[in-house]
Amino acid sequence: MRDQRLWTWHVGAGVIILVLLGLHMTIMHLAGLIPLASAVPKGGAPIDWANVAERAKSAFFLITYVLLLGAALFHGFYGLRNILFELNPGAGIRKAVNGLLVVAGILLFAVGTWAAWAGFTVARGA
Amino acid sequence: MADNSVPSEIVFRVRRFDPASDAEPHWADYRLACAPGMTVLEGLKLIKESQSPTLAWRSSCRMGVCGSCGMFINGRPRLACNTQVSELGTSLVTVAPLPNFNTIRDLVPDLVPMFEAHIRVHPHIIREDRSEQQQPTGEFWQSPHQLEQYLQFSYCIKCGCCMAACPTYATDPVYAGPMPLAQAHRYNADSRDGGFAERKTPLSGEAGPWRCHFAGECSRVCPKGVDPAKAIQLMKRQLVLDYLRLWKQPCAAPIAKVPPGTKRREGIPEAPARTLGA
Repeated sequence: MRDQRLWTWHVGAGVIILVLLGLHMTIMHLAGLIPLASAVPKGGAPIDWANVAERAKSAFFLITYVLLLGAALFHGFYGLRNILFELNPGAGIRKAVNGLLVVAGILLFAVGTWAAWAGFTVARGA
Repeated sequence: MADNSVPSEIVFRVRRFDPASDAEPHWADYRLACAPGMTVLEGLKLIKESQSPTLAWRSSCRMGVCGSCGMFINGRPRLACNTQVSELGTSLVTVAPLPNFNTIRDLVPDLVPMFEAHIRVHPHIIREDRSEQQQPTGEFWQSPHQLEQYLQFSYCIKCGCCMAACPTYATDPVYAGPMPLAQAHRYNADSRDGGFAERKTPLSGEAGPWRCHFAGECSRVCPKGVDPAKAIQLMKRQLVLDYLRLWKQPCAAPIAKVPPGTKRREGIPEAPARTLGA
C-alpha cells in the first residue's frame, strides 16, 4: 500500500512539474515568441532584475514557485530513494535513507518557501 | 542479420559448476559435428552422450512448451530446445545457466525464488462462489474482447527468461520480477476473476511493479511472445487508479446457464468424471 501511494504521488508530482516547468521555460526562453505580459512587465529580458522583482510581487508566481519546489523535491527524492533501494541495502540503511530524505526534503522545502515568501514581501514593500 | 549457414563443426562453450567439487564455475569446450536444424538442446544431449556424462540441465518437452530449458545462450536468455545453432550465426555457442538466479549445478538455475514470488500474487482465478468452481453448473460468461485483455499473458510458460533479462531483478531481490507481475495482471485482467483485492496486498508493496524501469528486456527475450513489460505498466495504471478511487474491479463474470429445453448436440462427448474432490 505504501509504495502504491508513494508512486501515485510521484506520478502526480511529475504532472505538476511538467506543467509548471513548462510555464517557467515558456516565460524564461520563449518570451520573445509568445507575448506574455506577466513575463516581462517592465520590458527587456525576462531575467532582468526589474522583471524578476515584478513577478515576485505576484501571488500567482509565489504559489507556483512553492508548488513546483514541493513537487520537484518529492519527485526527485522518491526517484533517488528507488535508485538507492535497487542497490539492495539492509533494513537499517533503508530506514536511514527514508529518514534522511524526509528530513532533507522538509528542510529544503521550508528554506525554499521562506525564500519565496521573503521575495514576495520584500518586492511588495519596495 | 545472423548468418544462417550451418558450420560443419561447432564449439559448445558450456559453463560448468558442481558445488560438490568446484569452488567457482568454469568454462569447458566441446567440439561437435553440426547438422542442419540442430538445436542447442540437441547439442547438449550429444555432449552428454559422447563427451561429458555428468553435464546437467533441465529439459522436458523439446518443443518450447514446458519452459524447463531456459538458458543463457550467446549472451541472451533463450529456450535451448527452441534455438537452432544455425540461427546463432556463429560456430561458437556459449551456454550458461540463466543469470539472476543461483546455480544448483552446471546449467540448472534455482528457480525457487521466482516461483515463491509467483505464489504470493495468487496466480489463479479467485471468486466468491467457490462451490461453483468445485462443482461447476455452467460456463463463466466471457466475450472475445474480454478474452483479449489477458490472452497473450496466459501464454507464459514460466521459463524464467524474462527474470534473467530484467535489469531491476538483477540487483533488487525484493522486486517480484516480470513473470510473477505479468501473471498477477493476467488474472486481474480476467473478467472471470474477482481477486484484485486479495492480490493488491503483495502488489502495492515493495515487491510490486513500482521498480520496473520499463527497460523492456523481458518482452524482448520472451520465447512465447508475451509482453510482460506491458502487463506491468497496465498494472501500475490499474493500481494508481485504484488508489485514486477511480477504478473498481467489476463483478466477476456470471455463469452462463444452459437455457432450459436445449438438448446436447449428438456426437459431443460428456466431460470426463472428476478425478479430484469427487
